[in-house]
Amino acid sequence: MDIHEYQAKELLSRHSVHIPRGGLAYSPEQAAYRTREIGGDKWVVKAQIHSGARGKAGGIRICKSDKEVSDAAETMLGRKLVTHQTGPRGKLVSRLYIEETVDIRQEIYLGFVLDRKAERVMIVASASGGMEIEEIAERQPDSIIRATVDPGVGMQQFQAREIAFGLGLENSLIGKATDTIMGCYQVFRDYDASMLEINPLAVTREGNLMALDAKMSFDENALFRRPEISELRDKSQEDPRETFASDRGLSYVGLDGNIGCIINGAGLAMATMDMIKIAGGEPANFLDIGGGASPERVAKAFRAVLADKNVEAILVNIFAGINRCDWVAEGVLKAMTEVGVNVPLVVRLAGTNVEEGRRILSASGQTIIVAETLAEAAEKAVAAMRQSTLKKAS
Amino acid sequence: MSVLLNRNTKVIVQGLTGKIGSFHAEDMKRYGTNVVGGVTPGKGGQSQQGIPVFNTVKGAVRETGAEASIVFVPPPFAADSIMEAADAGIKLCVCITDGIPSQDMMRVKRYMLRYRREDRMTLIGPNCAGVITPGQALMGIMPGSIYLPGRVGIVGRSGTLGYEAASQMKALGIGVSTSVGIGGDPINGSSFKDILELFEKDDETDAVVMIGEIGGPQEAEAAEWAKTNMKKPLIAYIAGLSAPKGKRMGHAGAIISAFGESAQEKVEILRDAGVTIVATPASFGPTVAGVLAEQRKAA
Repeated sequence: MDIHEYQAKELLSRHSVHIPRGGLAYSPEQAAYRTREIGGDKWVVKAQIHSGARGKAGGIRICKSDKEVSDAAETMLGRKLVTHQTGPRGKLVSRLYIEETVDIRQEIYLGFVLDRKAERVMIVASASGGMEIEEIAERQPDSIIRATVDPGVGMQQFQAREIAFGLGLENSLIGKATDTIMGCYQVFRDYDASMLEINPLAVTREGNLMALDAKMSFDENALFRRPEISELRDKSQEDPRETFASDRGLSYVGLDGNIGCIINGAGLAMATMDMIKIAGGEPANFLDIGGGASPERVAKAFRAVLADKNVEAILVNIFAGINRCDWVAEGVLKAMTEVGVNVPLVVRLAGTNVEEGRRILSASGQTIIVAETLAEAAEKAVAAMRQSTLKKAS
Repeated sequence: MSVLLNRNTKVIVQGLTGKIGSFHAEDMKRYGTNVVGGVTPGKGGQSQQGIPVFNTVKGAVRETGAEASIVFVPPPFAADSIMEAADAGIKLCVCITDGIPSQDMMRVKRYMLRYRREDRMTLIGPNCAGVITPGQALMGIMPGSIYLPGRVGIVGRSGTLGYEAASQMKALGIGVSTSVGIGGDPINGSSFKDILELFEKDDETDAVVMIGEIGGPQEAEAAEWAKTNMKKPLIAYIAGLSAPKGKRMGHAGAIISAFGESAQEKVEILRDAGVTIVATPASFGPTVAGVLAEQRKAA
């Protein structure tokens, strides 16, 4: 789960990370008011969306009067900002963060990630901050410093100090950098973060260290014990199709194709999507209904898939292990009458009680295209999609 | 011999008295697994479906001589249960639980390092379908009926995609020595490479099918190891050809976040290492059959 920049800064500032003075604004008036509250004669207006690369997309503006701030706010609020990370749909800007400007002497990159190879928290730092880490890795690979934390004892002072010296910071900044790095680690550990990135961490003209930007993501599996983080969820930043599904306990990812997918198991779901692609179609979504495919869950899954208006055909692929195909078949029929499926439906059942499941489907009198194998299911779904788009066109 | 598990392995069930634990304990017993006990703190002394319940894993090990444990404990407590098993001298622990926080798993992996290599528990999972040695024993949640006993090993992240592979093989009369689900989490007990090493040493396995997916470094690590160390044919499929970057596809670990983590890149790395690639998820059966036919011809 991602949070906004201002929320990440708020969390970090409670743990010895310095941030510029700033305030949140939901309207141009509020934005202008923030400039008087903050003081000074230059401010940054920053669109709060769950994405990096906001600057290039026009989501960050430097303003020299409260009028400029209010105008910038006017153009940003209520619009969708499209960055190279948001996808073509973009993300809605409904809040702005107004911040004082800072005179920057040097920009540092500081990141914390869960390193899957080391199976530990890894700190990544570079004295060439300000650009994205991928870019640093390409242009200045030697500037990157890495360290991993032993989860048994946590991060030690000396590790933070080594990074600070490794960044080439002057002596007067070593203590401040050590505190910043230790503070970040504490936030990462205490709130079950999965990613924390400060880019840039600025060395200011006055000789301070300040987080000018902050990005954080959290481990969704740990939210049960982090209610203060769950509260920061902003549904306006999510794909509405995904919000609809996740609120109903379904694992769903919206894609750009037109064949809706309902599958049990994440791996089989990905493989089925691959098969659709190989057969010449494009999946509209990833959807894993999980182990117990009860009629209620199947109905919810149909609703989630059909909420996407691009869907021209649906492919259901269930490999029954714990559950039974006859039960799944009944669930599909129940869902069809309850939800009203108005696109062609291809169902492939396999595993426990498969014959009984297929019999129930074909005896139902409903127009269901039954497939026996994965390949057949994908081919039939693509053919059905083509027919249904043709019919619409004529 | 198969790997990890056979009909004699003495198994306990952690979380036996829960709804899921009791259901699968029954199913495993029916398949032939030697289930000797269960653990639920506070319910020691009771019995569930004729299986004695203990308060602690140490107690269960002392009374039954159990050497393997399967964990059905809910996510907030699962890491603790795994460490309890490791400390009680369990040799093989299969954790089915989905949803364990990553930091808990980091602690589990660190904790296990305190034991000497020869005393260290093998952890399979979490968030996996388990282990089955067809015709002998099942420690997991997979439907036993789709596996034919045989000589091909399977190792994969996903449960149902593993079923798909096994049933395609069964349809062509190809059986399985052992199938191991290593789970869909970013931090897991055993990697692909760990399981390939076991299959390479096993006299009853002739070839191995590896079912990977997007995200993480483990498929590439396995490819590198197999290139120089594996004599037996390795056949691989990577799911997630159509997965976009930066989106989590169901499994906590199925997310493309770095170079080399997409399906296309992993397929290339595997192909470069001499691994036979299963071109589509509908061709597990024919691909394995082809490799086995070549192997027979060469012999």
